[in-house]
Amino acid sequence: MLIKKADDIPSSEITPKSLYLNRRKFLTGTAAAGVAAVAAGVGLHEIASPSSVAQADAKIDGIQKSPFSTTEVITPYKDVTNYNNYYEFSTDKYEPAGLAKNFKTRPWTVTIDGQVKKKQVLDVDTIIKMAAPEERIYRHRCVEGWSIVVPWVGFSLSELIKRADPLPKAKFVEFTTLFDMRQMPGQRSHVLEWPYVEGLRMDEAMHPLTLLCFGMYGEVLPNQDGAPLRMVIPWKYGFKSIKGIVRIRFVDSQPDNTWHISAPSEYGFYSNVNPHVDHPRWSQATERRLGEFRKRPTLMFNGYDQVASLYSGMDLKKNF
Amino acid sequence: MVRWFKPFVFLACLGPLARLGWKAYMGRLGANPIEVITHSTGDWILIFLLVTLSITPLRKLTGQLWLIRYRRMFGLFAFFYAVLHFITYIWLDKFFDLHEMWADVSKRRFITVGFTGFVLLIPLALTSTTGWIRRLGGKRWQALHRLIYVSAIAGVIHYWWLVKADVSKPQQYAFVLSVLLGYRVVAWLVRRNRERKAASVLADRAEVAEG
Repeated sequence: MLIKKADDIPSSEITPKSLYLNRRKFLTGTAAAGVAAVAAGVGLHEIASPSSVAQADAKIDGIQKSPFSTTEVITPYKDVTNYNNYYEFSTDKYEPAGLAKNFKTRPWTVTIDGQVKKKQVLDVDTIIKMAAPEERIYRHRCVEGWSIVVPWVGFSLSELIKRADPLPKAKFVEFTTLFDMRQMPGQRSHVLEWPYVEGLRMDEAMHPLTLLCFGMYGEVLPNQDGAPLRMVIPWKYGFKSIKGIVRIRFVDSQPDNTWHISAPSEYGFYSNVNPHVDHPRWSQATERRLGEFRKRPTLMFNGYDQVASLYSGMDLKKNF
Repeated sequence: MVRWFKPFVFLACLGPLARLGWKAYMGRLGANPIEVITHSTGDWILIFLLVTLSITPLRKLTGQLWLIRYRRMFGLFAFFYAVLHFITYIWLDKFFDLHEMWADVSKRRFITVGFTGFVLLIPLALTSTTGWIRRLGGKRWQALHRLIYVSAIAGVIHYWWLVKADVSKPQQYAFVLSVLLGYRVVAWLVRRNRERKAASVLADRAEVAEG
């Protein structure tokens, strides 16, 4: 009679627990890659190459803490990843999570041009490695009147700007989101001018709070939250924090940003969080922090008073 | 048939509320439950208003006269969801701060128009009983209840003015509403034309008789 003993199975053949627990994810991931590959008509070797596989959920190593972080309660991950204003996918905030699932974030390049010494096209992974990743726990206030607290991962945009070496003529920075109707179904309808464009004045862009972001909650940025590269400007309304960036251009005059083009009387270039300047159609005095029942008062510059000096002498009612 | 079927329709009309309640109980209202409740109740007001307004055209076009027996119920459900929508606003958005509410109503045109639409539904709900129809008399009652046209238009404008950029859903409501109101305008023109003709025929006969 042949009864195998347990030690007949060499330990090297036992599936590691973590892999076992992730087998479903692995299977669906493989299936999705297969479907995507067939659809795109690419060879098998490309499926196997790790760089073409979406990396959401992957941990980011060596994240440093930042003195800019708030100690407020962090909004649950599932809320921040399932409630997204990302019109490139849908105007319904609950839809981008599903629609962005197969969004390709690799390979991805970012064009850096305009008033710079050296125009260049950089791989996103090159950009991410420019400086040490920091965790910045920021308040994030949407122009619609809700807010969240998110542990973003990235580094100050100034790190990139210094390396890009802009010319003295560069007074503003203009950012552009990817334009790709096949991958971003929301761009098929003309709710906004595509591609999405945002801008900052040079001193705003150089401010240490201004974050070039590629992760959150210690992991790679999920697609619906703006992967692979987005901006986070915590003292401005959320729509200034542009997602899916493919171009950073240094310009000598103020860029026209998408929401301003859409409704000039409602959304300005600056769009600093300001409880004293209402949106023409609703109040900005209070906000609903997701997960809280009562509304809370909105703070000037979303509580980031250190940026006030950037706007000294400016009429913020006019420059809303 | 209607008597047997009506309770089921009544229960079905409570479906949207039951669904919200169930989702809330299961914690499935998403990241911003209050927003979901506000938007969902708002949608159902418009849907019930449009359903109510479609009874007359459907009845006339199909000859299915029994449809009229559902109209009051649908209209009252529109009011029911309007009350829920209003409570959500005054409680979960304004926390019963009437001063703040009044500031909102007078200052923000999308709230002004939405509030107007709601207020106009109140007399209609109050006078929806058979007793009130008798007390007012058919003609006056009918004239009063034409306020639903204004209320529905106000509701669609309220929605249109509150969205940020994507007006596709308010557009759909506006389209259906304009078809339903357009039908009434056409029906009125046809009726007036017929009456005029009838009047002129009568006048001709009178002339002939005199001559």
